[in-house]
Amino acid sequence: MNPLLKLSHVSFSYHEEEGETLALSDISFSLKAGKFLAIVGPSGCGKSTLLSLICGLLAPEEGNISLLGLPLKEAKANIGYMLQKDHLFEWRTIYSNVTLGLEIQKKMTPERLKNVDTMLDTYGLSEFRNARPSQLSGGMRQRAALIRTLALEPDLLLLDEPFSALDYQTRLSVCDDIYEIIKKEEKTAILVTHDISEAISVADQILVLTSRPGRVQKEIPICFSMEERTPMRSRNAPEFQEYFNLIWKELNTNV
Amino acid sequence: MSELSAAQRRFLKKRKQKLRTVTLVRVLIFLIFLFLWEVSAGTGLIDAFIFSSPSRVVQTFLSMAADGSIFRHTGITLLETLISFFLVFAVSILTAVFLWMSRSLSRVLEPYLVILNSLPKSALAPLLIVWLGANMRTIITAGMSVAVFGSILTIYTGFLEVDPEKAKLIFTLGGHKKDVLFRVILPGSVPIFLNTMKVNIGLCLVGVIIGEFIGSRQGLGYLIIYGSQVFQLDLVLMSIVILCILAMCLYQCLNLTEKLYLKKM
Repeated sequence: MNPLLKLSHVSFSYHEEEGETLALSDISFSLKAGKFLAIVGPSGCGKSTLLSLICGLLAPEEGNISLLGLPLKEAKANIGYMLQKDHLFEWRTIYSNVTLGLEIQKKMTPERLKNVDTMLDTYGLSEFRNARPSQLSGGMRQRAALIRTLALEPDLLLLDEPFSALDYQTRLSVCDDIYEIIKKEEKTAILVTHDISEAISVADQILVLTSRPGRVQKEIPICFSMEERTPMRSRNAPEFQEYFNLIWKELNTNV
Repeated sequence: MSELSAAQRRFLKKRKQKLRTVTLVRVLIFLIFLFLWEVSAGTGLIDAFIFSSPSRVVQTFLSMAADGSIFRHTGITLLETLISFFLVFAVSILTAVFLWMSRSLSRVLEPYLVILNSLPKSALAPLLIVWLGANMRTIITAGMSVAVFGSILTIYTGFLEVDPEKAKLIFTLGGHKKDVLFRVILPGSVPIFLNTMKVNIGLCLVGVIIGEFIGSRQGLGYLIIYGSQVFQLDLVLMSIVILCILAMCLYQCLNLTEKLYLKKM
């Protein structure tokens, strides 16, 4: 089976008056459909840049990115991107916030809107559809932001530290929620984070990046022997600590 | 509504009393001022010919209200102010949008805008009279000239302060620059628009009065200049009082608009 996403020898640098900064160097990896990849690395290792490259906001200076076997530009695949903050617009209701993507892409078809309704229902936001974002809790806002991304029915979901703005407790429960939603909707996802535990708790595969410039330090497959995995249960599994120590060591070899 | 505790009720009562005192003192100051003015003019302590008096102001108003002329003058000033206010609003939003769309354009034009904004606009009024003639067009332009440059700069700066991550969100949802403009920048800048409008209405009134001073045969500005030239200080003071009321009403209208908007949010 072809991988959904394949990066080969991707490099990228930022150009400024003061000089250029190599952000990512020679990144290669591939991801199969339905899998959850977590990318961990110290801050400033170009994690967000990598996501911007994958969703086509930036173009790689060297190397190729292909989706479903086609170069990124020709691939008709839909990529959803979830930013660090929810950025729900206060001047819109929750409903018109979650349909923002459909509105922009002029895809407000009855079946897509029905899909949005179902998601709002399933994820406990239907009674808030006419509320303003400020009336929602942090976790609810994050769920709304995810529904906004999922409304476009993306083949690949990019998550850029989507839990970092939440307090620890909310973070754990939102992480569980979002993991469940992603698995239920059978999405392929890439999560970028600097939190090792968070990465292990959700991922099937972890990519450890070095800092400045970001290179692939190590690719680690994650496998838990439990049935019905959730991030919370993974955290309590016996394998968890081993993975943690392994990644910890990898991250510290290049400090 | 749940039952209020005794302490909360005491607190509210105290607060209400305080507010009442403030209003009372405000009104008293005004009344005392009017009284002293009237009495000192009546007893000859100040020259009523130069300083006028409340009763003379009222009399002037009543006689001009009787033939309707005061309403015509006020109406014209109001009309000119409103026209220049709406034009300023439209022009400054359009210009700010163009500046936002083209980074190079804004870099080219920025020093010009800053200079024009810091220029005392009353200096332009005589020029406008020569160029455009002594008519309403000149006065509306004078009104606009005072507000427009500052308004463009404020709105443009407001546009730039919108979180770039919000623009990124639009791009990740498949949008383009025009989507960023219509879905993030403009709706997110409504509070700035309202604030700028509150400043602009006063500035437009200033510009219109300057214009009427030198190039008009009607309007409150004309009445003030005419009155001072023929030494009818009653007329001057009455016009100023009306101007005060007019400015306050216009400002309150915008204040109300802002409150309605915030309530809707």
